[in-house]
Amino acid sequence: MPLIEFTDSGLYCRAGNFYIDPWKPVERAIITHAHSDHARHGSKYYLCHHKTKPILQLRLGDNNYQSVEWNESISMNGVKISLHPAGHIIGSSQIRVEHNGEVWVFSGDYKLEDDGLSGAFEPVKCNVFITESTFGLPIYKWKKQSVIYHDIQQWVLKNQADDKASVIIAYSLGKAQRVLQAISAVTDNIFVHGAIWNTQEALLMAGENLPVVKRVNPDSSKADFKNAVVIAPPGADGSPWMKRFTPYSLAICSGWMQVRGNARRRNADRGFVLSDHADWDGLLTAVKATGAEKVFVTHGFQAAFSKYLNENGIAAAEVKTAYGNDEETETSIEV
Amino acid sequence: MKLFAQLIYVLGATTKTNEKLKALQEYFAIANDKDKVWVIALFTGRRPKRVISSTLIKTWCAEYCNLPLWLFDECYHTVGDLSETIALLITGEENADTIDRPLHYYIESFIQLAKASEEEKKNFMLKSWEELGTVSGRFVFNKLLSGAFRIGVSQQLLIQALAKVTDLEKPVVAHRITGNWDPAVISFDELMNNSDMEADASRPYPFYLAYPLEDLPDTLGNTDEWQAEWKWDGIRGQLIKRSNTLFTWSRGEELVTEKFPEYNSLKDLLPEGIVLDGEIIPAIEGKPLPFAKMQTRIGRKNISKKILQEVPVCFFVYDILEFEGKDMRQIPLVDRRKLLEQITAAINHPALQISPVISFDTWDELAAIRVNSRENLAEGLMLKRKSSSYQTGRKIGDWWKWKIEPLVIDAVMIYAQKGSGRRSNLYTDYTFAVKDGEKLVSFAKAYSGLTDKEIAQVDNFVKRNSLEKFGPVRTVKPELVFELAFEGIAASSRHKSGVALRFPRINRWRKDKKPEDINTIDDLKNMLEVYGK
Repeated sequence: MPLIEFTDSGLYCRAGNFYIDPWKPVERAIITHAHSDHARHGSKYYLCHHKTKPILQLRLGDNNYQSVEWNESISMNGVKISLHPAGHIIGSSQIRVEHNGEVWVFSGDYKLEDDGLSGAFEPVKCNVFITESTFGLPIYKWKKQSVIYHDIQQWVLKNQADDKASVIIAYSLGKAQRVLQAISAVTDNIFVHGAIWNTQEALLMAGENLPVVKRVNPDSSKADFKNAVVIAPPGADGSPWMKRFTPYSLAICSGWMQVRGNARRRNADRGFVLSDHADWDGLLTAVKATGAEKVFVTHGFQAAFSKYLNENGIAAAEVKTAYGNDEETETSIEV
Repeated sequence: MKLFAQLIYVLGATTKTNEKLKALQEYFAIANDKDKVWVIALFTGRRPKRVISSTLIKTWCAEYCNLPLWLFDECYHTVGDLSETIALLITGEENADTIDRPLHYYIESFIQLAKASEEEKKNFMLKSWEELGTVSGRFVFNKLLSGAFRIGVSQQLLIQALAKVTDLEKPVVAHRITGNWDPAVISFDELMNNSDMEADASRPYPFYLAYPLEDLPDTLGNTDEWQAEWKWDGIRGQLIKRSNTLFTWSRGEELVTEKFPEYNSLKDLLPEGIVLDGEIIPAIEGKPLPFAKMQTRIGRKNISKKILQEVPVCFFVYDILEFEGKDMRQIPLVDRRKLLEQITAAINHPALQISPVISFDTWDELAAIRVNSRENLAEGLMLKRKSSSYQTGRKIGDWWKWKIEPLVIDAVMIYAQKGSGRRSNLYTDYTFAVKDGEKLVSFAKAYSGLTDKEIAQVDNFVKRNSLEKFGPVRTVKPELVFELAFEGIAASSRHKSGVALRFPRINRWRKDKKPEDINTIDDLKNMLEVYGK
């Protein structure tokens, strides 16, 4: 029996009797990070990183949570478990599972560049590595964060010069905080959508240091938004909620903006290729750094990425999971 | 190239006409003259010829990037655009400090390379990839190299921008950039300020295009003010005789004189200095043949005797734009029509038919006539205001096309392919089948008609229900039923189903229907019997 099995409920460790990021309710769940496709309702016990806990509380309500620090080992039925920084969003972790001298690591979602918020990705040696592949094609290559931040800042300044508000679409957990980090260098007139406001509050309560923002309220007057920057989640894009910011210029921050057609389809004025996932080179670097003799490839371009690994001397197979699409489909009804 | 790449970026990124116009104006205000001429050429369909075949570019790129071809193909299917795929794959830091060569340097190099060896072409390509420091620069370079430039800018917008920059009237600009000029030799000044009509006797006028009529025609007012004709399903064209030479232009701004030798005999019959607007239609004894017949001769270089006998073309004329060398476009339609009737009657030749005017007294009466369009091999009716001048481009108000309702059939989706452009990385191109007993037989492909939300749903279905993992086409579980609409049907020996549809598209998603409820091959054959003969 492999140490981790791929079941209908999620990744399951029989020896330790726990699941990692299950998509159905289970007894014991270890959570890589607080995005909704990885952290779901209904389990009886959740184990996560200290910084993930407040966001899980916000999103899943009160539950039986246990949180740990990175590199701190705990044991379940004699199976040794530890969490290691994944660099994806605040608190995001890879899960290392060790039993009878065999080590498996599930990456969760990850990126290699240190964004200054999420902790620097830590390569973890293992026998078997389970990796995401959201951007697992060589067309996806990211520029340095500093270069993208500079582009975003210039765009905001240009809009201010043209007397327009800057509306930036960014996933409320992770991307929004990075955008905030970028724009707070050029303006302090920043508004956020309610969903991002709630995340911000939870992060502040947990002791994160974030720039001051204002919440977009139903009674905010149009004049408040003149030349302001507004950060909103993808669900708000194209909704009547956006009308109040007119005149504005619209930008979307996502790795999918790498391809012109995706950017054009979204009808934004600008697409910033800012991703919280590893690009092609990042995935390859991460896989090689683990020294794993077997790699399982999940959510993304798993067929192409695993075939490429096989052709390059790394035994790989693809696995179907219920993860993915966080960059594309976040919807929000909170305003 | 930076300036041009920037222009292409803005034109591709924005959907706002005003911003496109602004970008074009800014470009024409600051670009160098040679580049401006090439941009006008590119935007009016005068693309330079392909220098290197797509297959070779692809192979060389994979080799340069050290990628297996199958992975290159996966990238290509995801991006949906070869030039962009290559621009994204070539590694190298974005470098803004590289040499910025003008657009015409590249195009002129391409022209010189036309006869060069493969090795020389490859070297130039690799050198340019390295020189062009940005994705956007490499993207436009690859587009030019592969002869695949298509830009989402209407002729109208280009004309508007040029008119602003040159201080010329729009119709004047429209006329100057039309016709037979060579961007390799003409200067911007010569092109824009060429007042000498004789310089190019072949030059057509910009076409006046009708708007689709969405409302009922009674919104147009009094019936006396309107002239009705059949809307023919052919190739829109202009027949010109100047300097005792005959020219035939298609609406695609293509000189097609050679392709339609039937019109040669009109040369001696037509008066000097005349321009006629009409439809190039295959017809025998004045009766149109289905458009599918035309498709059997369009692509051919040599028009054989057999084709001339089986699919002869006729010019169905409906307007006169120039007479005795004078521009007639400002004269009201009703007067142009009278003149046209006199001329065609005098010529009396089978290759030149006047498109008849349909007489009617009430809109209801006309609506009843419209129902018979398909039997008359027409797509519907044209409604033209009798007092209208002949305008430029698609203008709302005086000319309307009132098309008939399409034919429809229910079919099941069996294959899907990722789209391109705005539809990149989404399964948007589908193949459909009807029932043939217990089997399914494919009969049509369609790309359009669904909303973005529906496309996302279908895309999700395809990703979860497809057999193959690699390659462009996915065989999907035959489960999703759609109503397809199309304009016509004809017998075809090239299709498995034995029929070819004209303009098939998705009318709606029949979520209420199951695959067993779809139409059959016999239903299609019946349609062929009724409408396709």
